[in-house]
Amino acid sequence: MIGLTLVERWPEWLPQLLDGLWTSVQLTAAFLALGLPLGLGLAVALSSRIRAVRNAAIVVVEAGRAVPVLVLLYLVYFGLPDLDLRLGAFVSATIAIGFSFGAYTSEVFKAGIAAVARGQREAAQALGLTHRQELRLVVLPQAIRIVIPPILGWAVIFFQATSLAFAIAVPELLSRSYTIGASTFRFLSVLLLAALLYAAVSIPASLAIDHLDRRRGPLT
Amino acid sequence: MSEIPGYLVRLLEGVQFTAILTFGGFLLGAVFAVPVTVLRRSRLRPLRVLAIAYVEGVRGVPPIAWLFLLYFGLAQVDFRLSSLTAGVLGLGLISTAYLSEIYRAGLRAVPQGQLEAARAVGLDTLATYRRVVAPQAVVTIVPPAAAFLIGLLKDSAVASLIGVPEVTGLALRLTQQEFDGLAIFAAAGLVYLALSLPLAAFARWLGTRLSARLAYG
Repeated sequence: MIGLTLVERWPEWLPQLLDGLWTSVQLTAAFLALGLPLGLGLAVALSSRIRAVRNAAIVVVEAGRAVPVLVLLYLVYFGLPDLDLRLGAFVSATIAIGFSFGAYTSEVFKAGIAAVARGQREAAQALGLTHRQELRLVVLPQAIRIVIPPILGWAVIFFQATSLAFAIAVPELLSRSYTIGASTFRFLSVLLLAALLYAAVSIPASLAIDHLDRRRGPLT
Repeated sequence: MSEIPGYLVRLLEGVQFTAILTFGGFLLGAVFAVPVTVLRRSRLRPLRVLAIAYVEGVRGVPPIAWLFLLYFGLAQVDFRLSSLTAGVLGLGLISTAYLSEIYRAGLRAVPQGQLEAARAVGLDTLATYRRVVAPQAVVTIVPPAAAFLIGLLKDSAVASLIGVPEVTGLALRLTQQEFDGLAIFAAAGLVYLALSLPLAAFARWLGTRLSARLAYG
């Protein structure tokens, strides 16, 4: 009996929750569009030969990793208006999650850059490429290929972090289920459905990434 | 920005709750990860599948959804937890899954020959694990477990969304009174930074000490 009352209204709620999931996916696409270039840029800065650039990147990365995403979210949403910069909830969430994602993945990108075989750099120099060409044409294309599986792993973790946007009322999956729970007092059933939807995206994604990682041949 | 020191002092009241959530959740996880790891390494397939389902299920759902399930969800079936209890249990549930994976990797890092040698000198299973495997596995386990603890410190911020007055929750409350979000959340960020730095330093110290002890007997 209890089992039935738990699931009886799922068909009625599912369309709204799928709308929410779609918003979560859009937010994921948005923070990736910001965070991937940021992570790569920070990695290049972390590997820079110029000390000042390296130190600046270290400060940004450490700040991004030491502060909870939720605090970053509130900082952008409630803090930036103090500087007369008013952003919508979706944009605020994109910036906060994208910044955190960039900080976390910069270390992965940096490891990828370091993993490119030394001979590749030497060959580029022997061909007379400039430092910039060496990075853009030789090192980065190989580094990016190396880091794809771990970066996708971080993307799945941060996909889950989009649920924090609930706190500033972005109508993503968790917000929708909370709203339904508050109006029907059936928090348990609706939150279980939301949890299943999160798992239905995260678990297959993680398995696919593991598969990709194992199937890939030697790195160099 | 000149108000930041004042806000820092007011946010310190929340540190006790952040600490209870973080260490409470971590301790629960450190204990319950042991049986999960045992199941995960069992020779019986159904037990292994059970452990994998738990670990993957927990990791597939955002932490905040677990806290909501425990706090709002269980109330639907008249099982009411305080927000702090729900927060500690939720973080404990999550820690159990992540720490069991860390334990498993630590056990796998101990060479098979060590187990065979322990059996050859006549140690039983318990003694093998306690005297031979655990002292070596702990060296592999400590660094990722410490990194997880620091991550958990930041995850504890989500407990503010079920009403625990920890650092982030207090910062939000303060923002609603003072309308000074930038300075208040900058101060909150500094509090987390100040809490994670000593943890990281302690973890590094412990890691070097343990590996030195293992190397020199």
